[in-house]
Amino acid sequence: MTGQSAASQAGAQAKAPDFLVHEDGDSVGVIVVEGIKAGTELTGWVMAQDRTVTMKVLNDIPIGHKIAMANLATGASVIKYGVNIGKVVAPIQKGEHVHVHNLKTRRW
Amino acid sequence: MQKTFLGYRRENGRVGVRNHVIILPLDDLSNAACEAVANNIKGTMAIPHPYGRLQFGADLDLHFATLIGTGCNPNVAAVVVIGIEPVWTDRIVKGIAKTGKPVAGFAIEKHGDLATICAASRAAKEFVQAAGENQRQECKIEELWVSCKCGESDTTSGLATNPTVGDAFDKLNDAGCTLLFGETTELTGGEKLVADRCATPEVRAKFQFFFDRYAKVVDDHKVDDLCDSQPTKGNIEGGLTTIEEKALGNIQKIGKRCKVIGALDKAEVPTGPGLWFMDSSSAAAEMVTLAAAAGFVVHFFPTGQGNIIGNPILPVIKLASNPRTVRTMSEHIDVDVSGVLRREINLDQAGDKLLDCMFHTANGRLTCAEALGHREFVLTRLYESA
Repeated sequence: MTGQSAASQAGAQAKAPDFLVHEDGDSVGVIVVEGIKAGTELTGWVMAQDRTVTMKVLNDIPIGHKIAMANLATGASVIKYGVNIGKVVAPIQKGEHVHVHNLKTRRW
Repeated sequence: MQKTFLGYRRENGRVGVRNHVIILPLDDLSNAACEAVANNIKGTMAIPHPYGRLQFGADLDLHFATLIGTGCNPNVAAVVVIGIEPVWTDRIVKGIAKTGKPVAGFAIEKHGDLATICAASRAAKEFVQAAGENQRQECKIEELWVSCKCGESDTTSGLATNPTVGDAFDKLNDAGCTLLFGETTELTGGEKLVADRCATPEVRAKFQFFFDRYAKVVDDHKVDDLCDSQPTKGNIEGGLTTIEEKALGNIQKIGKRCKVIGALDKAEVPTGPGLWFMDSSSAAAEMVTLAAAAGFVVHFFPTGQGNIIGNPILPVIKLASNPRTVRTMSEHIDVDVSGVLRREINLDQAGDKLLDCMFHTANGRLTCAEALGHREFVLTRLYESA
């Protein structure tokens, strides 16, 4: 059973992260817990570099939705997985909710 | 990882993990007779669908390839085919008969439903009684064909659930299994990453041909940026914003080490072990139906928001990491990998958890979708009927 080593790994972590980032350089992270409220100081885990970061969230953000890791100007590219996932269509502040209201596809 | 599982070895040497006797309609008109036969003869299963009339060209070829492939699938022990007329019915029968498995065809014209149902029921009864004597036997892991396709994805799909499939696929690839992924449109934005994983320039060119062909269909018919359909409303509710973001999550399913050793057209059967791409719809039931028609016997289905799909002959193993989905839709989720998001387990452990469920499923344990009666069988159409 693999649970043993998992448990000891988990023991090394202070608490489960509030958001996950695929890798350094990504402009967004993903909220992975329910009930995140504006103004809260969040803990994030950058998976590729196995690094912990903290950030204040500016909006209520549902589980699975994205949070901006940096300020993003209109027309800028949003990077996730180290790859361009679309263009900013309304200015975004660090800690803000990123979704269909401020990010659009470049493809279709 | 285990090296063997308990499967049914078929007449042509392929190995299945289910022992279905199916009643397969050639066309929409024959659904009622097929359902009557399946009602008469316990332990058989009708597979109704809406097509099979006035199709032509490549669209007709795909219709035949899908139905014949479904009958040939090693999860199927025997097949009764019913069609409105004998010529196309016989074409299906002859295609399935090449596997050596028991198959019989019945045409309704000049007999009517009732006489056809009577004759087909007698054949189905013989088949299901004989199939009951088939025994599971120990089979090598490399004889297992495993397909994947995700659905109602969200951002957790790309963070944990699809990478779990990717970890399992890397391990199964090392073990010599035959593996499949597809969903052509849902590679948009990440298609270069797939192209870079192709084993040879020839495979890469074929993959690119299929991708460009499908992209042209979208370009020719779209009226906007597809924001009402791709990503789906469920994807958007789950936090996915653009097709590029969805595609990059999707591609996590093919692991880190697997090379794409071939690109297949829809319902085409692979010719050797390794990871294959199949040009296919991104709609769940269409893609899984094509995977079954190509001969795959177990399916990995990662979901974010909770797609509930199953298939009549291909057991669909569902996994999720979104804790809300795992909590609110637990009866649909075979493997909970939400621990990856909480850093309780790593991807290697999550992949092993999925593989453990795969062996249980291959050995005969019903998946959630099977137990709940999900039998979505959806034929892909290429264009209008003649």
